[in-house]
Amino acid sequence: MNISIEQLSKSYGMQKAVDNISFSVNTGEILGFLGPNGAGKTTTMKMITQYLNPDNGDIKMDGRSVFDHEVKHRIGYLPEHNPLYEEMPVIDYLVYCANLQGVAKTDAHNQARKMVFKCGLDVEKHKRIGELSKGYRQRVGLAQAMIHDPEILILDEPTTGLDPNQIVEIRELIKQLGREKTVILSTHILPEVEATCDRILIINRGKIVADGTAENLRKQAEGSQIIRLKVEDTELDNLQNSLQNLMSVKSTSILDADTNAIEITSELDMKSNRDIFELCASKNWIITEMIPMETKLEDIFRDLTMN
Amino acid sequence: MSPTWTIARKELNSFFDSLIAYFLLFAFLGFTGFFVWLSGNGDIFFRKQADLAVFFSIANLTLFIFIPAITMRLIAEERKSGTIELLLTKAVSSRQLVLGKFLAALMMVVIALLFTIPYYITVSTLGNFDHGATLTGYFGLILMSAAYIGIGLFASSITSNQIVAFILALLIGVCFQFLFGILASTGSGLISEIFSMLSLNTHYDSISRGVIDSKDVIYFVSISLLGIFLSEYMVSKRK
Repeated sequence: MNISIEQLSKSYGMQKAVDNISFSVNTGEILGFLGPNGAGKTTTMKMITQYLNPDNGDIKMDGRSVFDHEVKHRIGYLPEHNPLYEEMPVIDYLVYCANLQGVAKTDAHNQARKMVFKCGLDVEKHKRIGELSKGYRQRVGLAQAMIHDPEILILDEPTTGLDPNQIVEIRELIKQLGREKTVILSTHILPEVEATCDRILIINRGKIVADGTAENLRKQAEGSQIIRLKVEDTELDNLQNSLQNLMSVKSTSILDADTNAIEITSELDMKSNRDIFELCASKNWIITEMIPMETKLEDIFRDLTMN
Repeated sequence: MSPTWTIARKELNSFFDSLIAYFLLFAFLGFTGFFVWLSGNGDIFFRKQADLAVFFSIANLTLFIFIPAITMRLIAEERKSGTIELLLTKAVSSRQLVLGKFLAALMMVVIALLFTIPYYITVSTLGNFDHGATLTGYFGLILMSAAYIGIGLFASSITSNQIVAFILALLIGVCFQFLFGILASTGSGLISEIFSMLSLNTHYDSISRGVIDSKDVIYFVSISLLGIFLSEYMVSKRK
């Protein structure tokens, strides 16, 4: 199911939490929602799940406005702090959620068992939720969001509190689900977005500041190419001077004098890798390392959200 | 199964999972049992009448205090723990949520009343017993409970603090239970009549005497419905 968000706004008193944002997500797409604390991620998610009413704008699912009770059946939601009924046993809780979502009575138990298996809760299924560790509680939260096999999954920071193994498992699970469902997840863990999401949306102070794949965002941010180079059979000074004379090279900086390691920044919108190779080849220097450096997502994020 | 019923069942179960239900049953049966059978002055043997009039007047007061204890957590706790967000983002409307909670509390009270059936059976064998009046009395108790549950539910819906919800429900209850009655007896003319009409005891007394008047039924049902609608409004009204 496609979601399209049109000119959505929401204020808390004088403060604008979400300021006129529009975007859309298609079936089979995993959208990563990024932003510093208080950027409006959670508020947007709460509006998509109908917990909050927007001041302005519309949210449409397959062209139908979301402010229609029927649509809720098709959304699975993991809220920010993962609220749960502490006193309920895991399996009872999942059956309860299935019932609330209108899953037929016999299916509710099957679905609950399936989710227990899928989310690795088998050992803990008869414990009360209050007795579980944070990671297991998070799994219960995910299980309840997916219990009725929704077409849309909204996950607010799904991997907080999980250990590294669990994080990998949950990411795999989300990716797998993302093939046939529409997934929106928010996080502040940047490698996570890269690992799971098809598309990234960076939001700051209620406004969208970037929208695209991780690669696209990098390209936009890059401008100049950075290459790390190690060369044998030459003096460092000689190497640096020759490089500096190349047309496409803007600046060089020495990383390690012993191994002749050097970092080369190209002129804006130019690539220097060919020139460097040809220079070394013509002088019979042996290149032992030549690495194009990618701009880190962290840098892009910081660029866009710090001002 | 409709969400209302699912919520009602879950809520009733959680009364019994926590100790609230047992505490309530114990206290309710203890109080009413003591005053009906043991207290000496005013108990059933003292009166030498085979009826449950004592029970109905004591149950009225006991429920007046205990219903706020049942209702205080119903919505306040969901707010505090954030689970209200979980419920309302599922296929559950505010009305279904509030109705489910209301039904759960009402079922809890009905269960407590069912435990007093032995009183009914015992007393009915003691002499000339008016079954009709007694059944009406039970009906009156249930109606009155529904009204107090409506009040308690509303109190619980406006705060995330259970203690505040309890005290507020009790305060509103005091108005209906005592204050309006006192104002009615001290005032005169139209004002007195209005307060007498608002006083819960005026209506409860006539039902517990065995007279079902549509006015009384409408009174209790309207308070319950008002409580439910106001709670629904409070739940659906978010920032």
